Amino acid sequence: MRVWLVFKILLHPLRWAQDRIDAWVMSRVKRQPGPITVSRNRVYILPTRFGYFFALMLLVMLLGAMNYSNSMAFLLTFLLAGIALVCMHHTHANLVNVQMRAGSCEPVFAGETAHFELRVDNPSVTPRYSLVASWPKREQQAVPGDVEARGSGLFLLALPTAQRGWLQGGVFSLSTEYPLGLFHAWTWAELDMRCLVFPKPATHGGTPPPAAGHGGLTSSEASGQDEFAGLRPYRRGDTPRSIHWKSLPKLQQPMVKQFAETLEQDLWLDWSALSGLDVEARLSQLTRWVLDAEALQRNYGLRLPGTVIAPGRGDGHRHACLKALALYAPPSAADAASPADPASHS
Amino acid sequence: MKEYLPLASLWRLLAVMLLAIAPHFVRLPLWESALIAGVLAWRALAVYKQWRLPPNWLKLSITLLAFAGVLLSYNGRLSGQNAGTALLCVMATLKLLEFKDRRDVMVVVFLMYFMLMTHFLFSQELWTVAYLFICVLATTAVLIECQHRGALAPRHTLRKGAAMLLQALPLMILLFILFPRIPGPLWGLPSDAGAARSGLSDRMAPGDISSLIESDAIAFRVTFRDAVPPPAARYWRGPVFDSFDGRGWEEGFVTLAPGYGPEIEPLAQPVRYEITLEPHRTRWLMALDMPVPATIPEDTFFGREGTLLARRNVIERQRYELTSYTDYRLVPQLAAPARYLRLPDTYNPRTLALARELRARHDDDSALIQQVLRMFREQAYYYTLQPPRLGRNSVDEFLFETRRGFCEHYASAFAVLMRAAGIPSRVVTGYQGGQRNDIGGYYVVRQSDAHAWTEVWLAGRGWVRVDPTAAVAPQRIEQSLEAALSALGEGLPGHLSARTRLRYMVEARWDWANAQWNALVLAYGPELQQEFLSRFGLDDLRRMILALTIALTSVLAVIGLMLLRRAAPARIEDAALREWHRLTRRLGRAGFPQGPSEGPRDYADRVSRERPQWQAQLDAIARLYLGTRYQTSAADTAKLRRAVRRLQL
Repeated sequence: MRVWLVFKILLHPLRWAQDRIDAWVMSRVKRQPGPITVSRNRVYILPTRFGYFFALMLLVMLLGAMNYSNSMAFLLTFLLAGIALVCMHHTHANLVNVQMRAGSCEPVFAGETAHFELRVDNPSVTPRYSLVASWPKREQQAVPGDVEARGSGLFLLALPTAQRGWLQGGVFSLSTEYPLGLFHAWTWAELDMRCLVFPKPATHGGTPPPAAGHGGLTSSEASGQDEFAGLRPYRRGDTPRSIHWKSLPKLQQPMVKQFAETLEQDLWLDWSALSGLDVEARLSQLTRWVLDAEALQRNYGLRLPGTVIAPGRGDGHRHACLKALALYAPPSAADAASPADPASHS
Repeated sequence: MKEYLPLASLWRLLAVMLLAIAPHFVRLPLWESALIAGVLAWRALAVYKQWRLPPNWLKLSITLLAFAGVLLSYNGRLSGQNAGTALLCVMATLKLLEFKDRRDVMVVVFLMYFMLMTHFLFSQELWTVAYLFICVLATTAVLIECQHRGALAPRHTLRKGAAMLLQALPLMILLFILFPRIPGPLWGLPSDAGAARSGLSDRMAPGDISSLIESDAIAFRVTFRDAVPPPAARYWRGPVFDSFDGRGWEEGFVTLAPGYGPEIEPLAQPVRYEITLEPHRTRWLMALDMPVPATIPEDTFFGREGTLLARRNVIERQRYELTSYTDYRLVPQLAAPARYLRLPDTYNPRTLALARELRARHDDDSALIQQVLRMFREQAYYYTLQPPRLGRNSVDEFLFETRRGFCEHYASAFAVLMRAAGIPSRVVTGYQGGQRNDIGGYYVVRQSDAHAWTEVWLAGRGWVRVDPTAAVAPQRIEQSLEAALSALGEGLPGHLSARTRLRYMVEARWDWANAQWNALVLAYGPELQQEFLSRFGLDDLRRMILALTIALTSVLAVIGLMLLRRAAPARIEDAALREWHRLTRRLGRAGFPQGPSEGPRDYADRVSRERPQWQAQLDAIARLYLGTRYQTSAADTAKLRRAVRRLQL
């Protein structure tokens, strides 16, 4: 075990050092609301492996210059060494003093990817280039971006979702290797970011909701045979398909066909209608019904144990229903589960 | 195929790579220059038209072919200055064919940095400093751009690169002066290290010296410590030839050990001077006729003929102090005169006949010599840079037919005549004269000052210098080559004919700058560093490193502070807003930060609700702030500032 550790340190000194620092820092990062300023004592900096390689190259050049007693070669080597040393300060200054705050996060369905918005403000007069935001252990999906002077940048951190409910954005890192890629400066932070994850909708063709009166889902497909009720003058915005052409030469103005709106009854999406399934499956099916009903522009209401939402339609109503489904907690765990709705999230 | 770099960035990288390799094109073999140019052009086109990169087998075969090419071009070696540089250039270019991710790009850029060093193995003149800075700036700008996803406009990268370069300059100077220099070489030099062979050769045939006149490269620079000897005494001794094969002259065998030098008797005060000799890849060290044996530098020897020789070929610029007698008696007793009388008897019959006739007429050696010189002076002999070609009996044809020649023709013919007449003689080549640089007060001797003369041995006087050129074209000795050729109406070589006064001023200054550069920077090695730093008391290794560390750390600290100041939050221009921020910071520290979407009025009200004792003050401040900010009455800014400062929490 010890031998393996020594081997690991020798082969990947940078990785090992970085991991040690990260473990220490992450155990101390506290979740904070509001803007976090990346101050000097929160920034860590280490050479990258290109930095070590560059140092090795400089050493070879130095030995060559000594061997050939070549003054210009010394000048070149020392100039590059000076640039590398100065680069450390530039990389550090590229990250320091930016402010991070949480943006909004669009709700997604379970199984999709949630995108957390991270807003980075640059209050200084120098633009910041190549800042990279990423989750720990997910450096392949790191998000690079620039923030101009006195401006603000947007970074979208993607996180795959598995379960419904609130998904907390955890600790993330903001790092940079600009300008030369020889040094890596980074900081860890945790903002109060969370994403609402709706249950994954069941596949199409599942159990249809109970037909409540004339307005069941099956009968709404017969809307093409609604009764012809008369003509009215064409108004701007009517589709050309609804124009009655036959009357045009006679009346000299376009007329639109009118159909009697069959008054459909409200759909009630009921928890108790799905007795044969377990909790998650019921929630999935209810989600699917909500989406379908919204697509068909029907009024629908939701009935869950402990929650009743009156029928309605539209984005707000859909969101309220999906949210109730996402945050549904079975009554046995009701005391422990439900998180309070934060004022800032809707 | 998805490129890692965008089009514009890749083109910039290729352009900078071309800039970094460009000076090598004159040195590399033709096939390699063509290959490098071809690969660069193909790569630029490939990214534009989105062609695929070549498959692995093709890349591998090109690499192997390149290896083989370098081996063949450089006689089976891959190491050493020339072969190594060629290999590095071709490998760096071929790496361009393999550009998949950021690591490949970084490797190419690092190779470009490394390649810059190879230029300095060939040339370290003053202009290379400008080239160094331009290339480092360009390469750094490319590297900065590669760290950025997407192209970054050159003005940003160049500005950043220039800032880093300027900040690195003081570090570079500190390291250059204080970094301890270890005398090299560490592992030995390859046989082709240093500058190319130039200047005098170890064989002299008619036409050799006149072809050397074409070059105005500097052979060496001399600074005389006391009085400057007249031009007629400024003969600089190089290789001496004592063996004639009928057509050309060659050196005899030399022994590189002390004690084989000739015997010298001084006749007047010596002259002190310092020579900075440019590398020429031979063993001869130039010295004024004749150097004082006690003053020759360490590790140098006298050859049998009086030439100063170094132990190893001069491949680097060297500086040495010498003292010479300009008035002397050389080898009063000649032990083995046979060597200096030997002539091949199947060549030049008419010359031999003439010599016998002269010997018959003049018993006295000096009179014979004067007769020959009179012959050169009074008869129709011409001094020219472009004499006609000579055949097998070169001396015969020169003396009796063409009668046109340069210094080597006259010297060779004279020496043959002397030997045929029984007077020991030898041909000496070297340099004669030198031009003064008024700005630096030193004399510059160029390859175009190369000269050949003779020495004859006379009983009682030793080896005496006889310069037949002085008989034919005395201005050559008294003034310079230009003066002689112009006076004779002869054509000048290109670099001499263009020498106007203005050009002389510019050249003199440039040469002086180069001489300073050589002396102060290029010669800065262990000895010079020791000498310079001991003036500050830093001659100890430990103290040197300590001084270096302290200096570097302080400069870096200053730079770091400067950068942090620029990264600090910008000063808010609106005075009222500044005061408001001051207020919110104070209240924030007291536990009441302003919410992100909270207006000033609501904020003041909220805090007042929590702390009624502050209500009056906060109310006044909020009113002043809103009035100032949104109704722009400047007088209230002062009131606002006072109110905020006087806030009692």
